[in-house]
Amino acid sequence: MLYFAWVREGVGSGEEQVDPPEAVVSVADLIGWLAERSAGHATALANPAKLRAAIDQRFVPLDTPLGSAREVALFPPVTGG
Amino acid sequence: MIRVSVQPAPIDLGTEIAGVEAKGAGAIASFTGTVRGDDGVTELMLEHYPGMTEGALVALAEQAMDRWGLMAVTMVHRIGPMEPGDRIVFIATAAAHRAAALESCAYLIDRLKTDAPFWKRERRGDSAAWVEARGSDEAAAERWD
Repeated sequence: MLYFAWVREGVGSGEEQVDPPEAVVSVADLIGWLAERSAGHATALANPAKLRAAIDQRFVPLDTPLGSAREVALFPPVTGG
Repeated sequence: MIRVSVQPAPIDLGTEIAGVEAKGAGAIASFTGTVRGDDGVTELMLEHYPGMTEGALVALAEQAMDRWGLMAVTMVHRIGPMEPGDRIVFIATAAAHRAAALESCAYLIDRLKTDAPFWKRERRGDSAAWVEARGSDEAAAERWD
């Protein structure tokens, strides 16, 4: 897992290894599962509508199946430029 | 010719523009974005997603090369701490004629705003806040669909 911006600050780390159970199928499922890891996760991941995601460095909607993803990132909507 | 750079160093306009002009095109267009000092901003911090950022910028540059038949594209984005007035982003396009150069330059900055993983945090004195995405940026990006 990779976290950026206020998601990273809330979780308390920019990176962690996780091994979710089979019931975790989509990115949205993963967010719900990760939220139970700590109080910081719970706060940062409380509102999925404010989160965006990437699987293996490509933006994806939250209902996307994880499949054989190796790298999943969660972050706020982007604000570059 | 595509040049993409995500860098903590200041953006050198002379070097970047000369790099695009060297391709011998008939028209060069460029966009420079600078840090605004809105409402007392004292520092802007730019975070990004290493690896994905560079890939996203190259993908945008390739799309513009194909769509407008460009000769060269340069996209430079600064990361890390910046002060008001600093250059944060620079885009230049080279084409045979002005319409392609100007349109593709507008396309690239509009799409960079929504398609590249950067996040801004503004500091005002002792307090810092992450900048929220704007709906107007989504609309500007979608007009190119």
